[in-house]
Parts: sequence; C-alpha cells; structure tokens
Amino acid sequence: MSAETYLVIGTGQSGAWTARTLRDEGFAGRIVLIGDERHPPYERPPLSKELLFGDMPVEKTYVFPEPSYGEKSIECRLGVAVTRIEPAAKRVHLGTGETLGYDKLMIATGSRARPLPVPGARLPGVFYLRTIDDTRAIRAAIRPGGNVVVIGAGWIGLEVAAGAIKLGAAVTVVEAADRVCARALTPDLSAYLLARHRAKGADIRLGTGIARITGEPGASGVVLANGTTIAADLVVIGIGIVPNCEIAEAAGLAVDNGIVVDEMGRTSDPSIYAAGDVTNHPNAQLGRRIRLESWENAQNQAINAARAMLGKGTAYAEIPWFWSDQYDLNIQLVGLPLDARDAVTRGDPAADQFITFYLKDGRIDSAAAINAGRDVRFVRRLMQAGKIVDRALLADPATKLQGLLK
Amino acid sequence: MSDLEFHAVLKTSDLDPGEAKQVLIGRKEIAIYNLEGAFYATDDICTHAYASLADGYIEGDRVECPLHGGCFEIKTGKACTPPCVEDLKTYTVKIEGDQIFVGLPRG
Repeated sequence: MSAETYLVIGTGQSGAWTARTLRDEGFAGRIVLIGDERHPPYERPPLSKELLFGDMPVEKTYVFPEPSYGEKSIECRLGVAVTRIEPAAKRVHLGTGETLGYDKLMIATGSRARPLPVPGARLPGVFYLRTIDDTRAIRAAIRPGGNVVVIGAGWIGLEVAAGAIKLGAAVTVVEAADRVCARALTPDLSAYLLARHRAKGADIRLGTGIARITGEPGASGVVLANGTTIAADLVVIGIGIVPNCEIAEAAGLAVDNGIVVDEMGRTSDPSIYAAGDVTNHPNAQLGRRIRLESWENAQNQAINAARAMLGKGTAYAEIPWFWSDQYDLNIQLVGLPLDARDAVTRGDPAADQFITFYLKDGRIDSAAAINAGRDVRFVRRLMQAGKIVDRALLADPATKLQGLLK
Repeated sequence: MSDLEFHAVLKTSDLDPGEAKQVLIGRKEIAIYNLEGAFYATDDICTHAYASLADGYIEGDRVECPLHGGCFEIKTGKACTPPCVEDLKTYTVKIEGDQIFVGLPRG
C-alpha cells in the first residue's frame, strides 16, 4: 500500500470524479474527499429540472451510489469545510480544527450563486438555486396559482420558469439584458426560446433592472428599476455564478477569473491541481483560455486532471458541450454558439427539431441542437476533425451527418 | 428457465443490424437491439438519467445514450463510460421463426 495521501477539496461532480478516477486508475494510497455540503456528491443539472418539478428521487442525482465510496476506500468528510491550504507544509486546515497532510491536492471547489446586490435580496422567500437544499426549499414554496418572480433569464432562470409553470404557478421573468441567455446563445436562438416561454405563459420582461425586493416579513413584491412592482410569493434569483477560488488565492496560487491551470489541470504549485467550474484553463479547440460552467467540463476535466496526478495525463482539449431542458425542448450546445454571422439550419424550427450550425472558415465552429440529441455526436466529430463542410449538404436533413465525416 | 415468462415483442425483420427499438412489456420499457443479426434486450432507460437508449447510437457492441453520451455494452449491460456507473439490466432473448421474445421474471 502506497503511503501517499491525495486530498480532494470539493464534493461536486469534479471532486467525486477525481476521487473515483484516482482509485480506478490504480492509486493505492489514501484518498480523502472533503467538502462542506452534507449530501453525498451529486450532479447539479437535475436541481433545476427533474428534482425541481418532477418526481426524481434525490439518490438519482448522486454521482455514484453512496456505498461505492466505502467499497473504493474513498474517505468522505462531508459537511466539513477546508479553511486554509498551506502549500509549503503540504497540509490543509479543516473547519473542525484538524489539519490533514497531503502529497497531492485537488481543488474542486466549484462555484456559488452570484448574489443580487439590491435591498431585500436576503428576505425570506428569496431563493438562489445551487444545492439540493435550495431546490427542496423552492419546490416547497411554489404553489399552483402562486406568483413566482424569476430574476435572470439565463439557464437557471429559464429552467425554473419552465418548471414553475409546469407546477401551475404564474411566472414573471425579469432580465437586465435585451434577450434571454445572452451570454450563451446567438440572437436567433434567444428569440426562439423567448417565444416558447411566452407561448407557455411566462411574462418575460427584458431590458429591465431590479430596484429592490420588498415584503414583511417575507418577500411579497419585486420593484423594478422603472418603479413598477410585481407581486411575488417567492423570488428565485439566477444571475450567474462566482468561482470559489478564495482558498486558492489565499494559498498564493495564480488566480485570474478562476484558478489558473494548464491543460493537465496543474496549478502554479506542482503538488496542487484544480478542475471544474473553478478553473481558468486553456482550451485547444477554442484557441484561448476559458472558465466553463458546465456539467461536462466538471466531469471530464476532473477525470483528466486525476490521471495527470498519477502521471498519466494527456492534454485536455474537449469541445464545450452543454444542455438544458425547458418544457418539451432538449437544447444541446456544442462549442460556444455566439457568433451567428454564418449560420446554417438543418431541420425545421417550427417543428421544434433542428440544428443550427455556426460556421467559421467553412468549418463548424459551434452548433445548437433542439430535440436532435442523436446527431450531436456527429456534430462533435465533424468539429474535432475540423472538416470543411458543404453548406447545402449540412442543411439537408436527408444527408446523414455520419456520411460527412468520410 | 421456468422462472421466465416470454413475451413476443418484434419481428426480426422490424430491426436492421445496428438498430434498436423500444418495446413496452406492461409498463416496462425495454430496448431490443440487432447486432449483426443477433438480438439482445436491456432496460431501455439509461441508469444515469431519463433517456431512451433505443434513441441512442450503436457503435460496435455498445450503445451510447443520446442525452449525456454515456455508453453501455449491449450484451452485458455493463456501464463503460462516464457519466454511467450503474450497469443496465439485460434480458434473455429467444427467436422462434421470425418472432423475437423477451424473457422476464414471472410476476
């Protein structure tokens, strides 16, 4: 048995996959997974989807079945915060007062909901959605016929809006930008999604700021920047996330909108790695550094970095991939579809089954697939291969995308 | 095999090699696969999230979930790529003439 100890800080998707990969790839030493949440590691996508408005049992969100940690000899320290890292001494301090030494350390502290800086944002009845407990609290507060005000028309806000409508609530979404999901979508897709939400009955107010949230003792109204008040039984704020990199910064690691890592997940300290939402990492496909807030990156960057911790690393160079479910739409993004200058659509948006490709120099730079998950694997492969694509063939649903790979 | 009850599900001609289809036996969703002329059955719903594997993509003897890209070995049900870690249930298949039957435990 190796005498080495590898610590993993953070029990989200990245932390859990780091611990599991270390063991599955043959690390025989001690693995300790530490995080301040009390639940076993879980996946967050269902929190604004099936767990919020469906009947998914909470165990289905778990990254791995609970007993598997014991079976794999992974020590879980749940509900325990890491308060400080001492890189020179190679040890961490825990909220319990203990210290734990490490040979290698993974920081997978993820991110937290960005707070809305307006008066009343801390009133009872105002929620953020980041944890299982948040989801349970929101679900308990939503009532058929009740007024739900969602602040922010990003993914979380739109998924909560769709879920609340499904639960029978009246929903108003207030967004500061002039379109929905402006940070993630091209204007055509923002318009498509906006139309769907409005058709389902959501009252979406774009280009609208928030002055304050009012109510006594709990939130009962949201006052807009223009002075209008919207009645609210509950308010859900989804205006983005903030990486949890303070502990890394305090330890002297390089931090710049996330912990700076290389393509192996290595930080500026040779014994410390980082993965997931918290990292600013190079992406060869995009040709630049990026901090990604996605399930897939949290999983795959962690797997890659865990292998690197064992000396088996390869350069992490995945094409960003993301999905959302709203009403009867499954939306999948490959790459970052922001530049809509050269767009090709395949399929019929009116039938809610289509892919819009965004081309650059004759190649697929990114794509958005609506209810077309089966084709996404081929889109990815076309992008990885850097294939020059024929616009007419791409646009024709009769062309098998598979065939374009040849 | 007396503990199995066989249910007629599809004709062999309903499924080309490399294809899969979902069938319902009672309320159970089962995927039937044709791998180069041999037929297999597994639970249709991915063990990771609610998605039909029959809508997925078959490559070699693996099926890839259309939702998150996790793979299973069709013959054994073994989960082989992230995010899937729980194996799929597999079922006994028998062919009589051109009829495909799936064996489920009685009761």
